[in-house]
Amino acid sequence: MNNKQIIKFFSYKLIRFIILMIAVAIFSFVLLDLSPIDPVSVYLKGAAVSEAQRTILEQYFGVNVPLHTKIFHWLVDLFQGNLGTSLIFRAPVLDVIIQKFTASIVLMAISWILSGVIGFGLGVVAGKNKGSWIDKAVKVYCYAIQSAPSFWVGMLILMVFAVYLGWFPIGFGVPIGVSSNDATFAQWASRLVLPTLTLSLVGLAPIAMYTRNELIQVLSSDYVLFAKSRGEKGWDLVKNHGIRNILLPAITLQFLSFSELFGGAVLVEQVFSYPGIGQTAVAAGLQSDVPLFLGIVLFSAVFVFIGNLLADISYYLIDPRIKENEFND
Amino acid sequence: MIKKKTDDKEQWFLFRANLRTKTIIIIVLSAIVIVSILISGSFIKEIPTSFVNANQLPSLEHLFGTDWMGRDMFQRTIAGLSLSLTVGFIASAVSTLISVILGLFSSFNRFTDEIVAGIIDLFGSIPHILLIILVSIMFGGGTMGVIMGVGLTHWTPLARVLRSEVKEIKTKEYIHLSENLGKSKIWIAVKHLLPLLISQIIVGIILMFPHAIMHEAAITFLGFGLPPHEPAIGVILAESMNYLSSGYWWLAFYPGMSLLIVVLLFDFIGESVEKLLNPETAQE
Repeated sequence: MNNKQIIKFFSYKLIRFIILMIAVAIFSFVLLDLSPIDPVSVYLKGAAVSEAQRTILEQYFGVNVPLHTKIFHWLVDLFQGNLGTSLIFRAPVLDVIIQKFTASIVLMAISWILSGVIGFGLGVVAGKNKGSWIDKAVKVYCYAIQSAPSFWVGMLILMVFAVYLGWFPIGFGVPIGVSSNDATFAQWASRLVLPTLTLSLVGLAPIAMYTRNELIQVLSSDYVLFAKSRGEKGWDLVKNHGIRNILLPAITLQFLSFSELFGGAVLVEQVFSYPGIGQTAVAAGLQSDVPLFLGIVLFSAVFVFIGNLLADISYYLIDPRIKENEFND
Repeated sequence: MIKKKTDDKEQWFLFRANLRTKTIIIIVLSAIVIVSILISGSFIKEIPTSFVNANQLPSLEHLFGTDWMGRDMFQRTIAGLSLSLTVGFIASAVSTLISVILGLFSSFNRFTDEIVAGIIDLFGSIPHILLIILVSIMFGGGTMGVIMGVGLTHWTPLARVLRSEVKEIKTKEYIHLSENLGKSKIWIAVKHLLPLLISQIIVGIILMFPHAIMHEAAITFLGFGLPPHEPAIGVILAESMNYLSSGYWWLAFYPGMSLLIVVLLFDFIGESVEKLLNPETAQE
């Protein structure tokens, strides 16, 4: 791997990224423009105004401007980093997104790591003991959790731990009456546990199933048979021949799950009233806050793109076979 | 390879059966459950309210308990499931149509193939749930919004499969022969490609279905989908959120569990059909 190849790789990705972002920006803008949302009534929230004032507002929001001009202005503003002003928060969209996302990133990062580690561990244990009760238990769990709506899992956890056992508060990022800056670390952490638990429990199923199936396949290969005949057995065999082979694709798969992670956060934050980006997205959608919603859609697309990019890089860095022929085509 | 002793095939209770028999039994049983939910759900119109029996624990009289208006939760759940299934059917039909059209469209030439790949990438770059919300807002929310939101966004996996299948089939000699004989691209797509894609499409629909139902429930739960007076599962669960802190666990537990079981049934059907249609595993 030399510098030229790295530059080529990243410039290719950068061009792709720019094209994709423009496409997403235009696509989401057109969809929301076609919707029956009237920006003036959303802005006024039912307040009574005279016809003249309404006309001024309509002019301000550009109600009668043709679509292609609107798209052009939107893209120009976007390049200048101006995403507009949120109608709910009455603050610049970018500020709102950054503030809410910092709350969400803690939740997402912890559950991403936990689900990856636990999922991989369960998958290895299940795959090693194929057909045993532990394998069956893991399989049943994965099937069930993948078929369960994640918000319902969150509700069950909320019922058990917060309502029935009373170990954790029922919701909200910080206690009522305390501003988010004054909340202590313990107060934040105690409200983070249940959403993180839910996201991890839901997120570990795909990775566990993948690891299990791959490990079973590797363990039935000829070179493992040869290793067995050489006298290797038990955990050493799995560690030397199994895990080395499946760890890297599993990491890649975990990076590719950023999209589901974001989707899961939207639902789980709603259940636990956690003030993150997902809850904000739902509020923006329900209250027709178009600028904020557009901003979050764009932001989530960046987030997913970064996940895919990291997956590509991890593949490239880790797997020697890809290094050789990646750029030859 | 040493032949390993596999007990997997002998676990079938009642009698030892081959995959074909097992699959048919699974499909028939699941289909009976699903059809009976659909039929009984369509008969439930008005669920009697009785405030005397409000918020009762599950009992023999009320299997899933009662809600704050004294309505029987079992009836509400069945009605909700049948509504969700209907929405899921329509949405899957829309999605399948889109993926078949795009799959065949990708066969025309390199340029159309790139367009299809681009559209698939675009839809894959936004988290699914935000995409559904986006589309449902565009249709103004409500029942139409949720059907289109779920229907217009679930076609990507199937379209991806169809596109790669089409690429493979197009290298076959009889396709070149047809082209040389002057047949139009559309003729080739319909007469030569489509018949070979049927099995993929069938599996795709069945595997798409559970996702559609789950996303319908999620979107409705968030408040974008079906209106609150409809007995949808998402509505029931969103309503039960208000009673969680009162400890009325049955309001949330049973409807969600029923949804899980229905989704699992479709997963089982899909996987079994896939095994049957795949010649490598069909004879096990």
